[in-house]
Amino acid sequence: MSKLKLATVWLDGCSGCHMSFLDMDERLLELAEVVDVVYSPIVDTKVFPDEVDITLVEGAVASVDDEKKIKKIREHSKMLVAMGDCAVTGNVPAMRNPIGPEAILNRAYIENVSAQPQIPCVVVPKLLRVVRPIHEFVKVDVFLPGCPPSADTFHTALTALVKSGPLDIPALTRFGA
Amino acid sequence: MSVETDVKTLVIDEQEVSARAGQTILEVARENDINIPTLCHLDGLSDVGACRLCLVEIKGNNKLLPACVTAVQEGMEISTSSERLQKHRRTILELLFAERNHVCSVCVSNGHCELQTLGQEQGLTHVRLPYRNPNLSVDASNERFTVDHNRCILCTRCVRVCAEIEGAHVWDVMGRGINSLIITDLHEKWGSSTSTCTKCGKCVQVCPTGALFDKSKMGSDHPKSPDFLPYLNLMREAQ
Repeated sequence: MSKLKLATVWLDGCSGCHMSFLDMDERLLELAEVVDVVYSPIVDTKVFPDEVDITLVEGAVASVDDEKKIKKIREHSKMLVAMGDCAVTGNVPAMRNPIGPEAILNRAYIENVSAQPQIPCVVVPKLLRVVRPIHEFVKVDVFLPGCPPSADTFHTALTALVKSGPLDIPALTRFGA
Repeated sequence: MSVETDVKTLVIDEQEVSARAGQTILEVARENDINIPTLCHLDGLSDVGACRLCLVEIKGNNKLLPACVTAVQEGMEISTSSERLQKHRRTILELLFAERNHVCSVCVSNGHCELQTLGQEQGLTHVRLPYRNPNLSVDASNERFTVDHNRCILCTRCVRVCAEIEGAHVWDVMGRGINSLIITDLHEKWGSSTSTCTKCGKCVQVCPTGALFDKSKMGSDHPKSPDFLPYLNLMREAQ
C-alpha cells in the first residue's frame, strides 16, 4: 500500500497544536510508516502540493492571506481536519473581534511604540475585520477541538483517519481541553 | 396518622415509574436514574425553564415541554432522548456558544464548566452558527468576585440564589432578548453594592460557567460547589 500524503498548515494560531502533534514522540515513527508529510511548517516544501490525502489545519482565518490559503488548501485536500480550538472556534485570535483590527493595530504599533510608530502595511497581509473558524470559509471534514488537542488525541484520531476506522471525537477531546 | 399520597404512574423512556402528584418530570426521571440534561435547573432553587435543555416529548402532545417545570400526570408517556431532542439540545448549546464570547481555553472555569461539559456530552465538536462576538464588559469592582458577561448564559441561577436563599436580591436581569444582562442593584457596579450585597459568594458557587468567579482563584482552578443548597434548605426547614 502506498503511503497517504499528510499536510499540516499553520494559520492564525500559536503553533501549540503543532507542538502537541510532535508530542506524539516515538508514535510519530509509527505514523511515518503509513503517511508521508508532504507539506508542513516542520518540512521545507514551500508550495502546497496538488493532491493531499489528509490536511490538518491549525489556526483561525484572520487575514486575507489566511483566507486565500484555506481556499487553496481545501481545493487540494481530500480530507480537511480543523486541528485545535483556533481552527474550530476562532478561540484566542478571535478575542479581538469585539474590539476590531484598527484599535488592536493602534495599540500594538502606535500607542505602545516610542521609535517610529507606524502600522505595518508592506509584505504583511491585511487583517480581516473578524477572525473566523475555518468552517465558515470552506467545508471541514473532521473537527478536532482542544487547546491544544493532546498527543493522545492526535494519535487516536490520526490512527482512525488513516485506517478509515471509527472515530468518536467527543470521547477524546472538547473545547478548551 | 397516615397521610394518603396521591401516586401517579407513568412511563419514561419505556420504563414504568411511579411518582407523587406535583412532582416534576425532571425530579421523577432523576429519581429513576434517567438523565435529562439541564443548565438553569439547580437542586435547591426554584425552576424557571429558561435554558430549554430539559425539553422532553410527551405522547399525544405535539409540543416539547421542559421537564423541570412540567408536573407529572397519570399515564404520561415521556421520551427524554429521541434523535429530535438530541438535535434540539445540540442546537441550543450551539446558540449559547455563539451568543457570547465563550473562549474555553482562557476561562477560569475551563474543565469545571457545565456548558463545556454539556457540549462534550451532547457530542458538540463545533458550532455551525456564526459567532456574534458582542462587546461585553467585565465588572471586577467587587473586592472578592468578578462578573464576566462574556461567559454568562443568562440561566439566572445567581438571581434566584441571591433572592431565594440569601434574601438579598442583589442580582436581576436587565433588558430583553439578545440585550439581556444580569445586573447588580439598579445596574450599578457590583463593588458599590455595599448596602445590599453580603459578599456571601453563593452566586459564584451556583454559576455554571466562568461568568461569576472568585478573584482568589487563578488559571482554570475554579471548581464550583453548589451542592450546599439542598442541605441548607433542609436545615432551614428543620428549624
